[in-house]
Amino acid sequence: MASEKAIDPLHQFEIKRLIPIKIGDLDLSFTNSSLWMVIAIAAVTVFLVVGMRRRALVPGRWQSMAEVSYEFIAGMISDNVGSAGRQYFPFIFTLFMFILFGNMLGMVPYSFTYTSHIIVTFGMAIVVFLGVTIVGFVYHGAHFLSYFVPKGVPKFMLLLMVPIEVLSYLTRPVSLSIRLFANMMAGHTMLKVFAAFTVMLGVFGIAPLAVNVALTGFEFLVAFLQAYVFTVLTCIYLNDAIHLH
Amino acid sequence: MASEPPPPNLDDIEQRLKKARPAAVEERTDIVDRPKAMGMAFRVSVELVSALAVSVGIGWLIDSWLGIGPWAMVVMFFFGAAAGILNVYRVVEGLGFGRWTKEPPPGDK
Repeated sequence: MASEKAIDPLHQFEIKRLIPIKIGDLDLSFTNSSLWMVIAIAAVTVFLVVGMRRRALVPGRWQSMAEVSYEFIAGMISDNVGSAGRQYFPFIFTLFMFILFGNMLGMVPYSFTYTSHIIVTFGMAIVVFLGVTIVGFVYHGAHFLSYFVPKGVPKFMLLLMVPIEVLSYLTRPVSLSIRLFANMMAGHTMLKVFAAFTVMLGVFGIAPLAVNVALTGFEFLVAFLQAYVFTVLTCIYLNDAIHLH
Repeated sequence: MASEPPPPNLDDIEQRLKKARPAAVEERTDIVDRPKAMGMAFRVSVELVSALAVSVGIGWLIDSWLGIGPWAMVVMFFFGAAAGILNVYRVVEGLGFGRWTKEPPPGDK
């Protein structure tokens, strides 16, 4: 089947309009990407609500998993931001669960990985970036701008250093979004390429099949790791904004 | 019900635990370190490229806004390269961009 067609590993990222909605010139259609976001949110809600339904003192399996995910993020915040970061727990926890479930649901065959689209990851990154900047200004007012002035640098060097620091700050949303999107897209493309090889080679497909099994395991690791990295960087940025130098 | 097996000797269990523990700990650090190194390598490359992309993009915007040829882009290229290297330096120096790279976060805990 696959041998007749050319390998098309990027086909899986295609956006399909499920319910076309058009308002003026805006295309607000409900797409397969939207559908999987809704599924992810529903899955997270079910996971947490059903897991915590019994509230046993000695937790069962589901309750343990819900508690572990809570404690994981709570620990991450207190390690990276300190107690000042506690009030941002709901946002960071939501961010982590949304990315993690997006990545993990993307591993289900025939599903759609919304985190493999840069507009989705960039949307999340820009929210984090703007949010953190606003938090910095709320905490420190105009003094927050001193973040861009490195200490112990001669005056004439500041002419060079301040633009560099500002650029380095502006890079954050881009690097944050590219990291997540590139990891997910590259991994899924690679899986598809090797899967196509397996079908094309027939009996000899056993070798790419073995590679694909290993890659699948690796993809699960990347799916978790990237959700973790995105969240931990959010915490670090938040810490920078709250505590400045 | 049938008679239960006699309870195991606690001293015996502790001995066996002591023997098993160091091995288990070694195994775990082994597993944890590899993906961390991978993630680090990927982060470094993304930092470098995205700093350049952002700066050159800003330079291009300034150019098309003021109409001053390629000059803003050229200047921004060098600033972007410096910013990228600064980012990489921060990533490699500690785990993250923070100014507090080696000591724990300042303030309360």
